[in-house]
Amino acid sequence: MDSAVSVVVPAVKVTALSKTFGCCKALDDVSIDIRPGEMVALIGASGSGKSTLLRHIAGLARGDGDRGSIEVDGRPMQTLGRLAQGVRKNRSGIGFVFQQFNLVGRLPVFTNVLTGSLARMPLWRSLSGFFPRAERELAIEALERVGILDKAWVRASALSGGQQQRAAIARTLVQKARIILADEPIASLDPESSRRVMEILARINAEDGTTVVVSLHQVDFATRYCPRAIALKTGAVVYDGPSAQLTPDLLRNLYGSQAEELTAARSTAMSSAAFITDPDVLSAAIAVH
Amino acid sequence: MHDKAALLRAARPPFSLGKALCYGLGFAILAWSWRGAEINPLTLVQDSGNMVRFASDFFPPNFKDWRLYADEMLVTIQIAVWGTALAVLCAVPFGLLSAENIAPAWIRQPVRRLMDALRAINEMLFAMLFVVAVGLGPFAGVLALWIHTTGVLAKLFSEAVETIDPRPVEGIRSTGANAMEEIVYGVIPQVLPLWISYSLYRFESNVRSATVVGMVGAGGIGIVLWEIIRGFYFAETCAVMIIVIASVTVLDVASAHLRKLFI
Repeated sequence: MDSAVSVVVPAVKVTALSKTFGCCKALDDVSIDIRPGEMVALIGASGSGKSTLLRHIAGLARGDGDRGSIEVDGRPMQTLGRLAQGVRKNRSGIGFVFQQFNLVGRLPVFTNVLTGSLARMPLWRSLSGFFPRAERELAIEALERVGILDKAWVRASALSGGQQQRAAIARTLVQKARIILADEPIASLDPESSRRVMEILARINAEDGTTVVVSLHQVDFATRYCPRAIALKTGAVVYDGPSAQLTPDLLRNLYGSQAEELTAARSTAMSSAAFITDPDVLSAAIAVH
Repeated sequence: MHDKAALLRAARPPFSLGKALCYGLGFAILAWSWRGAEINPLTLVQDSGNMVRFASDFFPPNFKDWRLYADEMLVTIQIAVWGTALAVLCAVPFGLLSAENIAPAWIRQPVRRLMDALRAINEMLFAMLFVVAVGLGPFAGVLALWIHTTGVLAKLFSEAVETIDPRPVEGIRSTGANAMEEIVYGVIPQVLPLWISYSLYRFESNVRSATVVGMVGAGGIGIVLWEIIRGFYFAETCAVMIIVIASVTVLDVASAHLRKLFI
């Protein structure tokens, strides 16, 4: 078993990565290995370095220069604080889902989703906006999969938060990303939208074998959707194992008083259902809990 | 009653020396410029008889040659159309290259200085130079407006680019797009309404500028205006001025309505 695993090229391999912002270490000697097809939760209180780590893996930020490297799918993303050559090409294999969705508000959802194909496009096509038929079909398919096909020609800014996040996931589908990095994808969403977004991510993971790394600060979502969890505290990995073993006791051991921030999400998610006024959403929310 | 007066005195802001100096300096500058500008209000009163006669020469306006005036006014607008269109085309790359969040300093600073230079020189001056270069006629006016407006629009465009939300751009970057694609899909959609609005505004002011570049021979209604003023044809001058005011007003109102559509 062990020898079989070691032959597989890891989907994400972070080695001895540190990141210092001014005085403080945002990442402290982080090393992790994620196998292809895994669905991993990255948990930790706010400020523990989850977002920083994901942004480094995607090549959107650079680590400290003295040591540390990141490989994705066996290709180097950065070494010793320098982005590898061809990092843009490698980025196209990584779908990034942001907490604030990062869609272009004035463009229709369809165009936003199509931008997932930019990296494959010759420059004249991407600058003129003449996307080939196959790409447009792929975008339609992706929108259908995340359930917002009827919003294709609506401006992205007119969508609800949950719908925008689903559009952002559709963009990663058009990218044909083999890895999806989701940075707090549900932190700005209501409980029902959160559940849908997590379910879509889990389905993409199960159906396409896409590796998914999702940072969360609600442990109950992590245990429900992700078999494996990696816990960070002040930039260092303090737990890496099955998410089912993240009991409240263990969390208290790991985080002390901060543990409340991670488990409190459960109770706020429950109580927020009481403030939903839209009857459809309300019944859906009740069905969840 | 007495108490109120005391309270009012107490509520008065304390005397500030800096403020007094600022006022003093302001008045000093006004007094100093009075001499240089040879301001003499008395002539307005003394020569008021002349002024009245001069003004009465303007009325009634003489529209006998209105066909010529209308044709030249159209040429004036055509000069403004092309001068603005070419300037918008050039201001897009120059504006992007002088934006802090797009171009590195070693590109940005030279481009900005070049745009400053284009902006610093008035279109009338450019018109005089281009009349020498390409000869009398509207094309010299187009070139003059193009150069000056490029400088103005590049600055306005780059300021719009500097206020964009960086997150959508990062979203595009995360798909593996290159720098040009980031600009086309992440930056331009965000700034387009402002860019259109600025361009329309510059078109309005270019119509006004185009009416005067003709005075140095660069085509349009300015040439007519120059000739009839120098020939003391004041009734005709009045007619031309009415036509200019009417066209500029119509275009201003139309473009203001257009701009509202884009904001």
